[in-house]
Amino acid sequence: MSIQVRNIRKAFGDFVALDDVSLDFPTGELVALLGPSGCGKTTLLRIIAGLEQADAGQVLLDGEDASGTHVRERQVGFVFQHYALFRHMSVFDNVAFGMRMKPRGERPSERQIRDKVHELLALVQLDWLADRFPTQLSGGQRQRIALARALAVEPRVLLLDEPFGALDAKVRKELRRWLRKLHDELHITSIFVTHDQEEALEVADRVVLMDHGHVEQTGTPEEVYRHPATPFVYGFLGAVNFFHGRVDGSALRVGDDVLPHASQEFDAGAEVIAFARPHELDLVPDEQGDAGEIGVGARIARILAFGVTARIELDGLNGLGGKSSGQHFEVELTQQRVAELNLAEGQRVRLLPSRLKVFERNGTTGASA
Amino acid sequence: MSASRTFRVLPGFRLTLGYTLAYLSLIVLLPLGAVFLKTATLSLAEFWTVVSAPRVVATYKLSFGMSLAAAAINAVFGLMLAWALVRYAFPGKHLIDALIDLPFALPTAVAGIALTALYAKNGWLGQYLEPQGIQVAFRPLGVLIALVFIGLPFVVRTVQPILEDLDTELEEAAASLGAHRWQTFRHVILPVLLPALLTGFALAFARAVGEYGSVIFIAGNIPMVSEITPLMIITKLEQYDYTGATAIAVVMLVVSFALLLLINSLQAWTASSGKTGTGRDR
Repeated sequence: MSIQVRNIRKAFGDFVALDDVSLDFPTGELVALLGPSGCGKTTLLRIIAGLEQADAGQVLLDGEDASGTHVRERQVGFVFQHYALFRHMSVFDNVAFGMRMKPRGERPSERQIRDKVHELLALVQLDWLADRFPTQLSGGQRQRIALARALAVEPRVLLLDEPFGALDAKVRKELRRWLRKLHDELHITSIFVTHDQEEALEVADRVVLMDHGHVEQTGTPEEVYRHPATPFVYGFLGAVNFFHGRVDGSALRVGDDVLPHASQEFDAGAEVIAFARPHELDLVPDEQGDAGEIGVGARIARILAFGVTARIELDGLNGLGGKSSGQHFEVELTQQRVAELNLAEGQRVRLLPSRLKVFERNGTTGASA
Repeated sequence: MSASRTFRVLPGFRLTLGYTLAYLSLIVLLPLGAVFLKTATLSLAEFWTVVSAPRVVATYKLSFGMSLAAAAINAVFGLMLAWALVRYAFPGKHLIDALIDLPFALPTAVAGIALTALYAKNGWLGQYLEPQGIQVAFRPLGVLIALVFIGLPFVVRTVQPILEDLDTELEEAAASLGAHRWQTFRHVILPVLLPALLTGFALAFARAVGEYGSVIFIAGNIPMVSEITPLMIITKLEQYDYTGATAIAVVMLVVSFALLLLINSLQAWTASSGKTGTGRDR
């Protein structure tokens, strides 16, 4: 079933949680709502579920306006961050709950319920836990039971609110893969909320990035990662270095330093902000701090040489004077390159971007150099 | 016992248990034992005559019947009060929260006199109720009202903390699974609250059975109609019939103890069924 939200607005007192949000969730897709805490993603999910009422706007389920429909009639499966399992019921009774609450006429027989519960428990691979109580389960097991419980009422859509937020890193990674697999089997329209960009990019068919109650960008994980539409998206999807500068012909002036910039998209003199990911920066030694050379001056603060690549933390330097600019950079180089350059902590270097993503300051237009 | 010892925060088991038993004996068991000893001076036949006199039997019915009824009323309305206090924000909430404990603090005689003034034939409320044929003061109904009054805080105060801990997500989960309000209350909320509710019920009941001060004024103490058992005991004492008084006290103690034991085991059962039980058959 498809979900559409139209011009949703929601405020809590003075705080605007959602400001005119419109989105389409096509049938059968697994979509991630991604954003920092307080960006309105959970509120949006709760409005779609009917657990929260929007101040204005509509929620369309399968093209029908559901704004006035109560949660229990919306046929949505909702999975909570902290599982919300019924502690006084066994796993079996938890999963059977939705079916047992149906009106007498529609309620399946106990035998049908039993078969269905075991089928669902098998689906989440926890059939052997049917007699246990939620307190006797691990976090990952609880969340899978919560999912089985939500699926028991055969929901038209599945909504998951930070489903792996309360789990430790290893279990989270495992469940992520498992959720993706489950979705590929069931093809139920699903939306999950997360603040973990890795999780969103890894699991979802599509990612919706939100900030301050606005949708910043929508697209496939690859689209949003490769072509971030706004500085926020760029910054949120991974580690990032940025340079404040001014366009000057085919160059970008960053303080007293110069970076190459070929794009013609900005007027001369435009104030811009340029981004580069750690692996998109190279270092060249610069003992004298020569002015006019290409690249931004910096001093190596720390070299973390474990792992496949080496991570180098640098303090920005202010042009000729060589004083610290207070800015920090992070560069990722191959171990080979580090050895080649013979880098040492405290050394002066220049940062050379292989790729820059430039945005006009206070604007949203972007261009790649 | 093996050589390895587990670390305990409190001093040793023997000391704690010894202290508990000594304390309990001194404060509770010794006076109660004296009651039984004094009663034992009666022969069985004498005992039976005292405790089964029609006037005394009528007081049992009134005392235990009204105490159970009052505790039941308090269970229902105490739950509602606790719910309102925990779940909603409204002006004067803290004031109401403080008011609830007032029946604890008020001297019971004051409560009794106040209630009598309200419900007597010429009282503020009584003057309107009486013409309707509703007689409150000097009737069992008056006893019930006094017992409801003094038992109110128990249920509220036992249920309140449990309700505060109860996650609203559970209700949302139930609703998203298609449960109606009543079903959510019946299957999700009530099972969690039931142990605390029963504890509150037991406390309110125990308090009501032993209540004297607030009841005697409004009850009017008409033999066979509105006499409570504690009053019967006082009456016997005033007639210097000490053994008769203790005999009735023994009956009260035994019945109260049996009822409390029943409620407590019910409470323990509901509390444990969610954690260690094996659930229903598959």
